[in-house]
Parts: sequence; structure tokens; C-alpha cells
Amino acid sequence: MNRHSGPPTLHTVQLQRPDDFDGWRLIARQHLAAGTLPESLVWEAGEATADLFSEPLSPAEPTVPPNPSRPAAPLPVVPRAFLELARCVACHRAPDRYALLYRVLWRSCHGESGLLDMPSDPDMHRLHILGKCVARERHKMHAFVRFRQTPSVEPEHFSAWFEPEHHTLRLSSGFFVRRFANMHWSIVTPEESAHWNGQTLQFGPGGHRSNNTAPEMMEELWKTYFANIFNPARLKLDAMRSEMPVKYWKNLPEAPLIAELVHNAGARSQQMVEALASDPPRYARRATAPPAQAQAQAQAQAQAQAQAQAQGQGQGHTGNKDG
Amino acid sequence: MNSDDNSSPLLSPVANGVPIRLMNKLAILSDAAKYDASCASSGATKRDSLTGSGVGSTEGMGICHSYAPDGRCISLLKVLLTNFCTFDCLYCVNRVSSNVPRARFEIDELVDLVLSFYKRNYIEGLFLSSGIIRDPDYTMEQIVEVARRLREVHDFRGYIHLKTIPEATPELLASAGRYADRLSINVELARPDSLSALAPQKEAGGIRQAMAGIRSKLDESRDRSHSGRKAPGFSASGQSTQMIVGADDANDGELLDCSESLYKGYQLKRVYYSAFSPIPDASAALPLAPPDLNREHRLYQADWLMRFYGFAVDEIVAGGENGMLDPALDPKLAWALKHRERFPVDVNTAERELLLRVPGLGTRGVDRLLTSRRLRRLTLADLGRICGSVARMRPFVVTRDWRPTALLDAGGLRAQLLQGSAQLSLFD
Ligand code: SF4
Repeated sequence: MNRHSGPPTLHTVQLQRPDDFDGWRLIARQHLAAGTLPESLVWEAGEATADLFSEPLSPAEPTVPPNPSRPAAPLPVVPRAFLELARCVACHRAPDRYALLYRVLWRSCHGESGLLDMPSDPDMHRLHILGKCVARERHKMHAFVRFRQTPSVEPEHFSAWFEPEHHTLRLSSGFFVRRFANMHWSIVTPEESAHWNGQTLQFGPGGHRSNNTAPEMMEELWKTYFANIFNPARLKLDAMRSEMPVKYWKNLPEAPLIAELVHNAGARSQQMVEALASDPPRYARRATAPPAQAQAQAQAQAQAQAQAQAQGQGQGHTGNKDG
Repeated sequence: MNSDDNSSPLLSPVANGVPIRLMNKLAILSDAAKYDASCASSGATKRDSLTGSGVGSTEGMGICHSYAPDGRCISLLKVLLTNFCTFDCLYCVNRVSSNVPRARFEIDELVDLVLSFYKRNYIEGLFLSSGIIRDPDYTMEQIVEVARRLREVHDFRGYIHLKTIPEATPELLASAGRYADRLSINVELARPDSLSALAPQKEAGGIRQAMAGIRSKLDESRDRSHSGRKAPGFSASGQSTQMIVGADDANDGELLDCSESLYKGYQLKRVYYSAFSPIPDASAALPLAPPDLNREHRLYQADWLMRFYGFAVDEIVAGGENGMLDPALDPKLAWALKHRERFPVDVNTAERELLLRVPGLGTRGVDRLLTSRRLRRLTLADLGRICGSVARMRPFVVTRDWRPTALLDAGGLRAQLLQGSAQLSLFD
């Protein structure tokens, strides 16, 4: 639709995907060169509702109408740190993220040359906040994706279900490629999925939580570790929740243990504090005696005992935890 | 049996196919490892598995894959190879005189566990330590062998932290350093006489000697000048240590002095402070109390000031009383309150060193402030956008539109800040 009545004409820029940083960058350059005002651009990236009065512009044919009233500004030299920031911001869910990015670029070529380095400016401040959210989400994705082995598939294949808060699947997938380059894996999110076959990374449609691979034996071992590395005498729930927000718990196999661990922590540490010292085991008694010889003897004995026990594991002493 | 663990969830009935024996070992050997505070996996040389045949990468910043309800990061599989031990360190759950259940991993069993956990993205790698069995060299050989198999047989490129045994021969330390990203030896106690009282078989001199040995290896591997090419990598993310807080009478000043000498003498990456914590089946000689987590926290803050903020130990300690840090205030704020004559600081003109002394202003905030003020004179609102919050800074700074006249002299400043600091942390 074209609106001839009075400037500014609104142009809609339709980006390919919600996290289409490269597309944004290409088109933003052309509009900057053409002197397009930030107010006359509507950026759409797949999730925003269309502005009725704007003129659609496909990224495939980025013809930017020249604006005679405004001479083209020289393209800005953009600091590398800003590009990194912008790449993250592009993955945020905020609908105005692309408009905001364009506005600061525009401002920085129209008299505010140091702007992109100035965190105290309100626009830049907001970009930093958005960027930080996304960087954090990417980091949490690196941390909390949990692979499960797909049963009876050769070669080994692993898959994970994850629900990121922002559009961070592509942003974070490079990490998984570098780390698990020789493994075949898939990460499925509600929006999109990523698949690595040892050679290439491909993206496909999103999925459903209910289609996630069933829990496997290794998770029981992981839960065992989680339960036992926890020190009940140091309960600090807030610290835990701020680093591992509850929203992630539903996809973490260890999370269902938390309630019970917390519930028992007080009693367990109280019990440790109050327990009377027990007699040292027989093999150790002489280890605590001062004369050097007795000590050496006790050590030798303890070691013999240790070995004997190590060989006979699985019975008596390892079962002691049953209480 | 005085085990505290009869309520542990690991004993709930398990699904078919779970190897109970392995599960019990893992339970015992991770339970035994939890008193080591470190779980850091940062600072390794950047690498990935694109060029290799195994799994693994390190990208500088470590990742915490989970958090236990004690608020601690779970980044590595932190276990003991065995908790059998011939030593009798009174503060330790694994000492020979304790009745805790004992176990020992087979080398391949542990190697497989590390790889299986890693492939599922549970961990960044392994932190392996061990009780001392047979003799120090034998134990160290076993530890090194786990790392060797991971690296050489499985081309594992994740993170490996090995706790080294100071009494082991230097050759073993050298090969440990070849496979590990980090080595550590715990000094345990700041006072040598406490160490001999509580850990009769350990020897402060030997511990320091081993640290010096690691340091010289680290120096060698960084030094290209002799041969003109880079020496083989050695524990690229350096060495660290741990001190137990509250098992003896050493005060904060003594602990921090000890840390300072360790940082300087052996170029440690980190000193960890671990509040002495109740253990199952404790020794009668060392009565238990709940761990002093606040004291531990203040020590970490003080350690930070010493390393990144240009504070000397006596300056930090002088912020408190009788060699102890002020338990109620972070040590930077405590210092500032005792040095009000140095404030307020004008954020538009002050030098970096001075800005670093402003309570509430962190190193990153200072850097951002320095770039921003090149372009214009900053207001209090600018400062807020740069640093997140100015609540704590207000009494100590001057901006284009703000000058704290009466505030700084007010007798009630400490009380006022105390109220505010309940929610604020300097190191956010
Ligand atoms: S040497 Fe001492 S600190 Fe280490 S495991 Fe044995 S008893 Fe514990």
C-alpha cells in the first residue's frame, strides 16, 4: 500500500527471521546511506504485527528510495563491541529492538559520533540491558541444555529439549558444534531446531516438549552426584535460585531433588553437629599415637585394610549409607 | 555409624538398569569431595573438538551447569579417586580415624563416567583429588593416569583440575601439569603450627615447596626466550589453593596475609576460603559448629579488593577491629567509613585508582565511567545507568549535579548504610 499524503512515508522492512542480525545490518546500511529517518522505518522480524500504513520492502530486493531532502550521511565506522552487542540484541524478544538499533546508528552519523561508546546514553543503556539479557540467556543455554542419548541408534545420537526465553538457538549453537563436533546431536526448541551430524549444522522446525527423548540411566547417576555434592550445612537457596532460576527447572533432571534436599538439610547438619565422636576404626587407632614408629605401622596397616576393603567393595561398607 | 546421610535421596529405589555399585561409589566419592570449594573451569587455553576425535572445548569463561541448594556452582565432576586415606587430618571427613564408608573408582570406570556426563552437557570436566593410599607417589600416579587416559586415549578436550599431592615426586607433578588445566595444593591452614597440630602428617614447608615447583614449571612454559619456541603447555589456568576458615584461631588478618604471600610467591590464580563445615563422624578433638558463611564471604570480598582494587592487606583489615573484618559491612565500605577525609570523589575528574576506592563502584563500572566521561560531564543519573545503582555511592561522590555535603559527616552514616546494604552487594 502506498500513501501519497505527506511525509514521512513509512517503510516496512521485513526481516527473514526473528534473529536476523545480518539482514538488519544490510538494510540498515542502505537506509543510512539514503538518509532514511528512524521514524519512517517499521522493522518486522516475524513476530510483530504489521503497521497498516507502511510500504512493504522485501530484503531480497532492498531498493531504498533516496531521500532528496536529506543528503546521504557517511557510513559510520562501527566499533566491534557494538556489532557484538547488536548481534545479541537482535535475538531479544523486544519488538522495538531493530528500530532502536537503527536509531542509535542514525544518531551516531548525525552529530553524535561517540554515542556507540557511551553507556550512559538512555538508548545505549537500553541496548546494553537487552544485550545483557540475551547474553545471559545464551550462557544459560550453554549451561542447562541436557542431552539424552537416543536409544538404539548408530552412530550415537543425543538430543535435548530447551525452551529459551529469547531467540537464542542459532546464537548458541556454535558453542555446541565446537564442543561436540564429533557427536551427532539435535537441540529442539518450540520455535526452531538445530541438528548436527558431525559435518553440517542444519536448522529445522520447532518441536514439542512431549516428543523429548525418555529419561535414561545416566540421569540417575547425575542425580546421585547432585545430591551428594550438596553440603546440607551450607544451605543458600537464594544464591541457587538467582543463578539457576526456577523457569529452567522443568527441563533439568536434577531439579526434582531440590525440594527433598532442602527439606532435610537442617536436620542433617544438626545431626552432624550434635553427633558424638565415634571410636576410630581399629586399623586407624595407632595412626593417632604420636611415636613415629607406631604411626608408620598404623599407616601400613591402614593401607592393607584399605586395599582389602577396596577389593571387597559393594558389600558392607559401601552399603553403610543405608544407615 | 554416625553417617548423616540416611535421608539421602540417592537411596530411593532406582530404575532398572542403573548400576547400583557404581552409584554407591559415586555417592561416597562425591560426598567426600564437597569440602573443596573450587569448581572453577575458567582460564584454560581456548580449544575445541573440531580438529580432534573426542569431545570437549574450553572457551575462557567457565560454565556452571547446575547449582546445588548450597548456592555453589556445579561445573566439574568433583570426586575423589578414593576416600581411603592413611593420613589423619582432623578436619577431614576422609581421615583414617573416621568411620565413613569408603570406596574407590577403577580408573576406566571414572574415565567413562566423565565422558558420559560430558556428552550430556552436565559438566565442563573433572576435578579429581584423592585420599593418600599406599604412598604419595602411587596415589599421584593413579590420579595422573586418569587424566592421561582422558587426554590420550579419548582425546578429551574439556577441563581437568588435578589436586596434587605435595609429597609426590616433581616428575609426577610435571606430568600432572601436562594433562591438567589447573593444579592445586591446599595449604589448609594459615598457621604452620595449626597445620602440625591438626594435620600431623602434613608439612607446611613441603606444601610450599611443591607450590614453588609448580610455579617454576608455569614460568618455564610461558617463557619462550630460551629456545625461541613455546614450551609444552603446563596447567594453563595456573594453580590455586584452599584455606579452611575457623578450624583454628587464626584471624582474618593472618588469613589475608597468608593469601597475599601465596599470590605473590607462587602466582596463584585463586585462594579459596572454606568455612569449616560440619562433617559426618567428626573428630572429638575438633568440635563442630555451623560454618561461618558470612566470615567466608567477607574474606572473599577482601581477597577481591587485594587483587583487583589496589588495597593492601593492612588497609583492608584496619576497616574492622582486632584483626577481624567488619562482619556487617563489605570491607570496601568499612574502609571508606574510616577514611572519610578521602571523600567525596569527583567522578568527572578523579583518577582510576581513586575511583576504585568508591564503595559501590566496581572495576567494570569504573571502566565504563572513564569512557563515558570523555564525552560529557556525568550526572548522577548517568552514573546510575553506568553502574546500575547509585544508592550506596551517593555519600561518596560528586557529579555535575550532585554533591553530598552533610551526608558524609553525619554520625548516622554507618547505620544508614547498614540498612541499605542488606540488599546491596558490591560485587554484583
Ligand atoms: S590427606 Fe588429610 S585432607 Fe587429604 S584426604 Fe587424607 S585426611 Fe583428608
